[in-house]
Amino acid sequence: MGGTPLPDGIKLMDEQGRRIDGRLPGELRPLKIEAGVLRRADGSAYLEMGHNKVMAAVYGPRECHPRHMQDPTRALVQCHYNMASFSVDDRKRPGPDRRSQEISKIISEALTHVVFTEYFPRTSIDVYIEVLQANAGTRCAGLTAASVALADAGIPMRDLVASCAAGKVANTMVLDLGKEEDNFGQADIPLGYIPRTEEVVLLQMDGDLTADEFRTGLGMAADACKKIYDVQRDALRRRYVVADDGGSEGVK
Amino acid sequence: MSKDVMADLKRDHIAKMLSKGIREDGRRFEEMRPITIEKEYVRSAEGSARVHLGNTDVIVGIKMMVGQPFADTPNKGVLTTNAELIPLASETFESGPPGREAIEIARVVDRGIREGQAVDMEKLCIEPEKEVWIMFVDIHALDYDGNLFDAANIAAVSALKSTVVPAKRADKGEDFPLPVAHEPISVTAVKIGEHVLVDPTYDEQSVAEARLTVATNENGNLCAMQKGGEGSLTADEVLRIVDLSRTIGAEVRAKT
Repeated sequence: MGGTPLPDGIKLMDEQGRRIDGRLPGELRPLKIEAGVLRRADGSAYLEMGHNKVMAAVYGPRECHPRHMQDPTRALVQCHYNMASFSVDDRKRPGPDRRSQEISKIISEALTHVVFTEYFPRTSIDVYIEVLQANAGTRCAGLTAASVALADAGIPMRDLVASCAAGKVANTMVLDLGKEEDNFGQADIPLGYIPRTEEVVLLQMDGDLTADEFRTGLGMAADACKKIYDVQRDALRRRYVVADDGGSEGVK
Repeated sequence: MSKDVMADLKRDHIAKMLSKGIREDGRRFEEMRPITIEKEYVRSAEGSARVHLGNTDVIVGIKMMVGQPFADTPNKGVLTTNAELIPLASETFESGPPGREAIEIARVVDRGIREGQAVDMEKLCIEPEKEVWIMFVDIHALDYDGNLFDAANIAAVSALKSTVVPAKRADKGEDFPLPVAHEPISVTAVKIGEHVLVDPTYDEQSVAEARLTVATNENGNLCAMQKGGEGSLTADEVLRIVDLSRTIGAEVRAKT
């Protein structure tokens, strides 16, 4: 972000205000969520957002390791965000790096806010986010998927967290940056939001924005989270309501 | 367990005081602690600064090395930021590889410097695709009384401004001052109950529900942001902290 020159021939926005992938500024990428896709995990979700493919699994509440991390008053929500080595153009070295550790930390905090952790003292609720194919916005995709997986695991929650980014591309505030926009755009604002209570639980920003632009972006991302929230709820409904075809879809 | 009881007592006490409009140390809610900056504190570093933000004490040292550029930025220098939360600074820090807390601090400071374009990285190119200057920003906490984010940011910006690139030593021409183009300053606020406090002490931070760090540039534009903590913020609280950061950031910048 911030002043990376655009390779020749690439235009992030055309004269009609269409973005590089044909979207309008306020348009999200196609979003698809499916709950309960893994057999072993207590809860799981698969999410596609544009070319992002993300899997989330929840184990627990279970005994907390290491034991000194146990909290006698509540459960620990521990998120582990990981990118597969083949998920990006240049192979990513396997294992946790600083970026993934930071993302794990902020997602853990965002999810802790919605889980009734006091119901499960001394335990750990482990949330694993695996990015299989990355195309910008994976932390948002991961958080959105993780909250569906938590609900799928039957963990008591205040609400679902929906997540989406706004940003600035070609001097325009847009929603849900794609890869080229992330690489060559002017700013990115990932947001984790609870639409019903209007609470911000995850927020980052990088790039260059005026205060007014930020205000606009925050509003756009919050509105988009409402749409994502509906898709999340729909995924859970499909998982637990017996469908006309006998509910074969995604049943463990 | 005793720690939790203490935290509860402390939370009650701090919250009770805040509802009367009083902070532990008598500050206004939107007031930073006193800042002292000692530049060029470490002679062995190419640039350095020791910063006291109230009782929080941190040193940032800058080392410059000749190395290879990244393939996607062949004509730019490289910025690497690291934070060490050594046990000397607090009973809550442990030795060993950096944990999530240290990584977050390093990455938030890094984001401010990088996105705020503090240094003209193209001027750190020696030969495109072959040789550039690599800039190491190392944050060392000495005494921890909360808000390492801002203390480290202030120290980093001050240290950058005092840095001389040791070109002569590396046989790359004459020494020159690091080309500092902007001075991104971060301001951190926490939420305790319905109150928003700028520059939290350790006690305030330990009972806070949520934290927001906002870095701004000279022109009042935002360049980096990070929310932390398990609690939530409303959009209005976020926007208020953004406004506070812009005004307070300008005052802090004048001191670096």
